[in-house]
Amino acid sequence: MTSHDIVIVGGGHNGLVCAAYLARAGKRVLVLERRERVGGAAMSEEVFPGFRFSVFSYVVSLLRPEIIRELELPRHGLHILPLESTLTPLPGGDYLAQWNDHDQNRRELARHSPRDAEAYDEFGVELHQMARLIKPILGIAPPDPASLRPRELLDLARLARMFRSIDKKKFNTLWRLLTLSSADYLDSWFESEALKATKAASGIIGTMLGPRSPGTAYVLLHHYMGELDGVFRAWGFAKGGNGSVSAAIASAARALGAEIRTSAPVERIWVESGRAKGVVLEGGEEIRAESVVSGADPRRTFLGLVGEKNLPGDFAESIKRFKFRGSSAKVNLALGELPSFTCMPGRGPHLRGAVSISPSVAYLEQAYDDAKYGQISRRPYMDIVIPSMLDPAMAPPGKHVMSIFVQYAPYRVNGGWTDARREALGDAVIDTLAEYAPNIKSAVLHRQVVTPADIERVVGLTEGNIFQGELSLQQMFFLRPAPAWSRYRTPIEGLWQCGSGTHPGGGVMGASGRNAALALLGERL
Amino acid sequence: MLKTTPFHERTGALCASQAWRRWAGYIVASSYELSHEREYHCIRAAAALFDVSPLYKYLVRGRDAARLLDRVVTRDVLRAQVGQVLYTPWCDAAGKVMDDGTVARLDETLFRMTCAEPGLRWLEANRLGLEAEIEDVSESIAALSLQGPLSLSILKSLGEIPPLKYFRIARTSLRGIPVEISRTGYTGDLGFEIWLPSRDAIPLWDFIMEAGKNYGLQAAGMLALDVARIEAGLMLIDVDYVPAKKALIESQTSSPYELDLAWAVNLEKAQFVGKQALAAEHARGPQWQFVGIEIGWAGLERLYAEVGLATRLPQTAWRMSVPIYAGGEQAGYATSGGWSPLLKKYIALAHLRSQWAQPGTELDIEITVEHRRKRAAARVVKKPFFDPERKKG
Repeated sequence: MTSHDIVIVGGGHNGLVCAAYLARAGKRVLVLERRERVGGAAMSEEVFPGFRFSVFSYVVSLLRPEIIRELELPRHGLHILPLESTLTPLPGGDYLAQWNDHDQNRRELARHSPRDAEAYDEFGVELHQMARLIKPILGIAPPDPASLRPRELLDLARLARMFRSIDKKKFNTLWRLLTLSSADYLDSWFESEALKATKAASGIIGTMLGPRSPGTAYVLLHHYMGELDGVFRAWGFAKGGNGSVSAAIASAARALGAEIRTSAPVERIWVESGRAKGVVLEGGEEIRAESVVSGADPRRTFLGLVGEKNLPGDFAESIKRFKFRGSSAKVNLALGELPSFTCMPGRGPHLRGAVSISPSVAYLEQAYDDAKYGQISRRPYMDIVIPSMLDPAMAPPGKHVMSIFVQYAPYRVNGGWTDARREALGDAVIDTLAEYAPNIKSAVLHRQVVTPADIERVVGLTEGNIFQGELSLQQMFFLRPAPAWSRYRTPIEGLWQCGSGTHPGGGVMGASGRNAALALLGERL
Repeated sequence: MLKTTPFHERTGALCASQAWRRWAGYIVASSYELSHEREYHCIRAAAALFDVSPLYKYLVRGRDAARLLDRVVTRDVLRAQVGQVLYTPWCDAAGKVMDDGTVARLDETLFRMTCAEPGLRWLEANRLGLEAEIEDVSESIAALSLQGPLSLSILKSLGEIPPLKYFRIARTSLRGIPVEISRTGYTGDLGFEIWLPSRDAIPLWDFIMEAGKNYGLQAAGMLALDVARIEAGLMLIDVDYVPAKKALIESQTSSPYELDLAWAVNLEKAQFVGKQALAAEHARGPQWQFVGIEIGWAGLERLYAEVGLATRLPQTAWRMSVPIYAGGEQAGYATSGGWSPLLKKYIALAHLRSQWAQPGTELDIEITVEHRRKRAAARVVKKPFFDPERKKG
């Protein structure tokens, strides 16, 4: 039997971030990853010969800048390439494009609505201010308002001070963002359907909610907090795919002294009289540790690895009620040629940005309607990028890879996920895309469809939820994942959580991993 | 009258930003696209093509060509092999840098020298009875710089590329156009410079751009290059140092030692311009050093948070003199700097008095936040900031 200071269950990006910070503080850390490679859902794979994909998560924005700095990730190979634009093709051959260049963007918006073009800057300022307000909260262990522990009281007082300093107008805006649907919030700003829909799409990503569901405005803000080089709402693509993010963090962790074992599936977390003693691997190997940190999602961690019998009843209950409801899928395409969009034919700068299939808010809501009743969206929302346009090494010369984020593909699809339904989803995606880019069908060389069931099976994310639990208000902040247990601790002494099922949530942020490590080290967050 | 380069017919059509810059009496693109950002990333992630024709270029040929150049520059030209390229400064008799550039040995008795400033007169002044002819080929030779991790793949799709080590040059042809290709550049990345007769400029540009389509090649301008060269820790004449001939007062001049070029000064050589002064300076140690500076994020963020703003970063590389302090004293000044989108660091090149130039030294740099002068913590670091294996490997 071996012994370590800390064993981390799961080598996803948060587990790796946590390991790196703990190792940096001088702890003997061991990361155990079930699969043969690290990264969890942030991984790249040569799925078809010569074609590399970010199979699951596919863009970078929310990755906390302090992690990039403190772990010196660029030195470990991280290079983030900016995604510059968003093209929303419309039925009938028109389009709405959002460009990086201010004048170019304004002119394009004005083509649809001069009012929107003017409102756009103000909207940007408001969300920038809100992101700035919320940003400090990302880096703290959320205090429980019902707690009487001195430390949490201190943190509460600090939060209260922070919120008191917010002027009334901003506070009202924040409150609206926390409670409204993204459609309602956007209605108060814009009139152009395509613009509202494309913005609203950020509010539904990863959730089983529609743009008209209350609470989605916060998810929109959550995505706005993405920050690159000091600029909010900046999205990028990691050279080499999102596996490079994990690889860089793993390299940093190793350089700091952490040990990482792959193909080492943990069977259970070893608990004795309410205390975590270590882990037991499949095959029986026992690894003792002072502390165990789980990067797995709350359900897997507590109901799977710990076991209900070791948990207080009310805690087990709230973990059971924690909502996952995976709603998104990925379609990865190897392309022999670039797609040519009817609205903007041929090669052009628009292919270096995102393409959003979100022609109207009603379109998104209808896609959600299908999903509500257990159907795959007949016409899904899609967020499409062509990584090989930014990093040509992702595909053979002259060929391309396309990554399509698809919603909705409900985990609980009627009849359950089968090969036939997976392919039906793939067909729905290609058929929908072909309405805007007719050459897509002949351009596809290979197709990989990843359903929520596949995400769960391969990566281990419960119900295929990409955030390890829905980012809805009732499970955010001091309620993530369970009341009174939001500060990375658990009812089992010596067992901690570092996955995105904890505050502040998912999106390849790494914040949970960092916060958990600092909390475990007893540092004031 | 400003001139256009042999590639202008193509670069002019591509320059959507209409942002041009002067370089040695020519106009070259500052950026082709509206922002230089993507051009920069192409240097590091794919490939970028620069028109570097405005460089001054001289052919030096004859029995004593090597001796002439050896007399002028600070590196050992006599021992340079055929096919070798030397990066080197050259100095006046006081040992102060007049210019920096490259000397390529194309043949036993044939060299090409590139300079940032006109150098004909200086070469001729130093010929002094040596049997060497100097020909100004600045206009007849066009030059392109193809930089980035995929640059070699692009060249290989255009012709037979002999294996080239770092700072080596070879003759070959690309789609039938005779060229010389050197593994050199100003980006600190894998990259090549291509030298060709100006009359072949347009067809070669077209061949390269066409071949580059499959490799994400992007024509790139001086703004992107500026960011890359700072990351590579490469100094720029007139920005990071004043050439000796233009200095109005002695304190404006710099010796190679003060520019971190000690490695490029060969005091073993029999004789060269400035040797005596340089030997003396070498013995006593330079007063100034040219170093890398990293401006700390935490301090920067705090200064902006104090006025209620998110941290603001420079959008392009800056070129100006910015004071650097060690406590109450001025330790030196930065001459160019900017945000590195790759390294996620705010970096600068700076001249510091030697006692503060050790890597790790904590200093303060002046920064203007909302119209007020503040000081942000900065640290001396080793150059280059970015040094990928592929550059030499």
